[in-house]
Amino acid sequence: MTPASDMPRFHHLSLALGAEGIAWLGLDMADSAVNRLGTPLLQELAQVLDHLGRHRPTAMIIFSAKPAGFCAGADVAEFSRMGAGEAAQAFVARGWRLFDRLADVPWPTLALIHGHCLGGGLELALACRHRLAIDQPDTRMGLPEVRLGILPAWGGLMRLPRLIGAPAALPRVLSGGSTGAREAARLGLVDAAVPLRLARQAAAQHVLAGVTAHRPPLWLRTLNHRRLRPLVARRAAKAVQRRDPHGHYPAPRAMLELWQTVEGNPLRTPGVMAALLQSPVTGNLIRVFQLQERLKDIGRQARAERISQVHVVGAGTMGGGIAAWCALRGLRVSLQDANPDAIARALGEATQLFRRRLPDALAVRAARDRLMPDPHGHGVPHADVIIEAVPEDVGIKHALYAALEPRLQPGAFIATNTSSLPLEQLGEGLQAPQRLVGLHFFNPVAQMPLVEVITTTALDAGVFARTCGLVHQLGKLPLPVRSSPGFLVNAVLTPYLLEAMRCVDEGMRPAVIDEAMRAWGMPMGPLELADTVGLDVARAVGELLAGDATLPTSLRTHLDAQELGRKSGRGFYTWKAGKPERPPAGPVPDGLAERLVQPMVDTARDCVARGIVADADLADAGIIFGTGFAPFRGGPLHDNPQRFEEAQ
Amino acid sequence: MIAPNAMSSQAIYVVDGARSPFLKARREPGPFSAGELAVQTGRALLLRQPFAPTAVDEVILGCAAPAADETNIGRILALRLGCGLDVPGYTVMRNCASGMQALHAAMQSIREGRSHLVLAGGTEAMSRAPVMLDDAMVRWLARWSRARGLRRRLSLLRGLRPRMFRPVPALLKGLHDPVAGVSMGQTAENLAHAFSIPRTAMDAFAARSHVLAHRARVRHVFEHEIIPLVDERGRLYDHDDGVREDSTPGRLARLRPVFDPPWGNITAGNSSQVTDGAALLLLASEAAIERHGLQPLGRIVDVHWAALDPAIMGLGPVHAASPLLQRHGLGLNDIDIWELNEAFAAQVLACLQAWQDEDWCRQHLGQPALGALDMDRLNVDGGAIALGHPVGASGARIVLHCLNVLRDRGLSTGMANICIGGGQGGAMLLQSCAPSAGSDTQEAAS
Repeated sequence: MTPASDMPRFHHLSLALGAEGIAWLGLDMADSAVNRLGTPLLQELAQVLDHLGRHRPTAMIIFSAKPAGFCAGADVAEFSRMGAGEAAQAFVARGWRLFDRLADVPWPTLALIHGHCLGGGLELALACRHRLAIDQPDTRMGLPEVRLGILPAWGGLMRLPRLIGAPAALPRVLSGGSTGAREAARLGLVDAAVPLRLARQAAAQHVLAGVTAHRPPLWLRTLNHRRLRPLVARRAAKAVQRRDPHGHYPAPRAMLELWQTVEGNPLRTPGVMAALLQSPVTGNLIRVFQLQERLKDIGRQARAERISQVHVVGAGTMGGGIAAWCALRGLRVSLQDANPDAIARALGEATQLFRRRLPDALAVRAARDRLMPDPHGHGVPHADVIIEAVPEDVGIKHALYAALEPRLQPGAFIATNTSSLPLEQLGEGLQAPQRLVGLHFFNPVAQMPLVEVITTTALDAGVFARTCGLVHQLGKLPLPVRSSPGFLVNAVLTPYLLEAMRCVDEGMRPAVIDEAMRAWGMPMGPLELADTVGLDVARAVGELLAGDATLPTSLRTHLDAQELGRKSGRGFYTWKAGKPERPPAGPVPDGLAERLVQPMVDTARDCVARGIVADADLADAGIIFGTGFAPFRGGPLHDNPQRFEEAQ
Repeated sequence: MIAPNAMSSQAIYVVDGARSPFLKARREPGPFSAGELAVQTGRALLLRQPFAPTAVDEVILGCAAPAADETNIGRILALRLGCGLDVPGYTVMRNCASGMQALHAAMQSIREGRSHLVLAGGTEAMSRAPVMLDDAMVRWLARWSRARGLRRRLSLLRGLRPRMFRPVPALLKGLHDPVAGVSMGQTAENLAHAFSIPRTAMDAFAARSHVLAHRARVRHVFEHEIIPLVDERGRLYDHDDGVREDSTPGRLARLRPVFDPPWGNITAGNSSQVTDGAALLLLASEAAIERHGLQPLGRIVDVHWAALDPAIMGLGPVHAASPLLQRHGLGLNDIDIWELNEAFAAQVLACLQAWQDEDWCRQHLGQPALGALDMDRLNVDGGAIALGHPVGASGARIVLHCLNVLRDRGLSTGMANICIGGGQGGAMLLQSCAPSAGSDTQEAAS
């Protein structure tokens, strides 16, 4: 037994010898709220293994001292600075070899996982003989490297299929999605999901119990055999092809290639990793990740007081969706609408959302308890913020504000979900317009991560901070935008949609136009998008932005025939059961995509120049997260830097 | 027997109250559990107050038969409404008057100085009353779970009998008096016999209940009282769905007797309906009224509980209300509005007749006949025959509705009383605090 005084001291982790000779290794990266596997931490891990090699413990348990989670993966900042050369290769090799070493130690090891356990963090846990996950909703394990354009290079691609079988492992690595504690236990990814109250005790008993490491059944193990891997990989490749038919993202295919040939060991074919690191796609995806962090920081650093109760006025698609999302995220919500049936419908859809997203019936019931129908608006004096999503009419909104304002709690503010009315004009309906902010959600609220926070010169700074804080509480990305027609996203999208419609005027078929944009990288073609948003909405925003410039003929024709798009079953496409009937597109003319993207880029550049958005990076972030603009391109302005510089 | 003392002078206020729509029990379990009925009603009631749920000191609910997974509904309600982890809650049971018992318990808590603001009332989901296993089946299952080995198990299987699979509806057991050995409906038949109440009179009274309830709905009388509920599928429930606007004595006459077939008089049509519902009130001390600047609906002035032969439990209201009237020197028609729970038409009619019967009053009340109760004061918006009788909730509903009617009509004194299965009666004497139209003195607080 090593006397305590002989235990070395570390900066980024703690090592202590507990009862029965178990070494407890606590990850605790200095000056950080989360653990990231940068070079310093990896070096200290190697030192731990050195030390324990000389003073053998009976077992080792790796846990995290950070409340937020086990480990968030490799340090992306350090990694993205390395480029594709030797430094990057060395970084990959260090992690691979260290985790191989960890997997081979002669004493049993166990990773005790809570909170986030992602990327390199999961690879660290996979290198242990055992894993236990704490049974809490925020415990999430995954290998999201594919979303940054790279692949798990520290053994995850080898160990995960060996642990849970390739059919379960490959889709998860290819999508980069995460798994909760109970599902992980079901899959065999962890040995069990344990309640917090038993975690340390369970870890200590389990690691010494002499249980052999988990293996999937024989038939799944054989699928990992060298001869069978190509067959398995081919099936997975079909799913990749469906998701990315135009081959914009190299990482998934590289991953399958690497797994099928060398079972995921990048050291045996260093070219694969190098190629990915050199690809502009990877650089762009990492940039998108960093833009996302920047938006999150806007919310985090607002340091506003927590909002606990919200009153939503308007139970339509947006109001109902906003109310449901707020309740999902733990806020108390009162939902008002003149029509009680609309409130009831919104609550029914909210229940479905809760069932999909919450782990058990108790959590669903608690969320339903928090979402209160309020036809008479009794919730107004109890709310920290009023979110209004009533029809887009100044008269209606002014009347609402006049009724609300005298009943507000001191310090409460009003957020409007308007997409087309000027904030300044709406503020005229208030005695204190400094407490009015724009909070523009996107449809559907549950899926769209971006929220535009619309500011005016009158807006109070404290209200702005609390609004950004609210968006952060809701788990969404706040984008500050100065009040102007269409704000950022609609302003940028509309000329693009109208240009697509002008192509239809010129005789091109909608299927061809949409195919051009999908091939270019947009998730949905512009005409399908216009149909989804609603052609009446498209006209309203178009008139707002284009002023008196004439609208495309095709748009007017559809509107005159009452064909509003998806909601009425016909628009540019015929819609059946919420899906458009797409005829085969045929060949796409050269330069069509560039022609359509140009108005988007021009408008984005213009928004930055006029100070609607603080800088080009934020404009790119807003457009990517608000429209799904091809992330692999890094954003419309990033994708077109030369022309941007020319304009200056 | 010691006569109960007059209540102490500390005023107990009813600040506000609300109820769920009353939903008739149909073939399968209803859309809401008893807890869900109370939560949706309670959260809307609290939302319209100037104070937060955390201002409530205590939650007391009446419930005759809480489900196995929510046995202490009072505490569950306190937690789910967000009153706070430190707010105690409990559940009381006095059969049909459990809701009124909860109100009385709240009054006692306030009088003892333990609470200033209490959420009290009742809830019941009779449509979800469990279907139980036969006793023999339960014993067999216990033996099966202990059995080891194939031989033992086979031998147990041979001991199964078809009659062991017969389900036992808990609801029927609950509506049967275990001491007197009669069902609730049969107690009403007893009264029909004792007071010679004809079938036609019962059906006429039943039709009256539906007509008045329907009229009240059309005139939006229940608008402030009923909280619309939403089920998990997004369906809205905003009215009492047992009320029949097409009810007439003629149609009711066609129904067959259910409790004493084939020659009896009590039918499903002239009995209260089996129903799901919740009714909640906020009771407050004078100090709480002042602290939160509240405008109370009324006061509960006095309470009386009485007991009698279970075989004629329907006379409970007479036994409970009469001492209250006597204590306060009031006649039947000095009360502006009466809510007398309509367990059965025959039972209400028997009460009315008892008050007019000189011999009966001298024998049972020790006083001369009180006379005829003016029908225009009685159950003015219908009663349990049309609305339903969720056992735990009714005792609270009639107090709430009585106070609401007094306010709406600018009247001042009310009596809510209820017969109780098992042979009891409960009564509450109520005073309105709302400003009365056409009256010189205003009773509004602060």
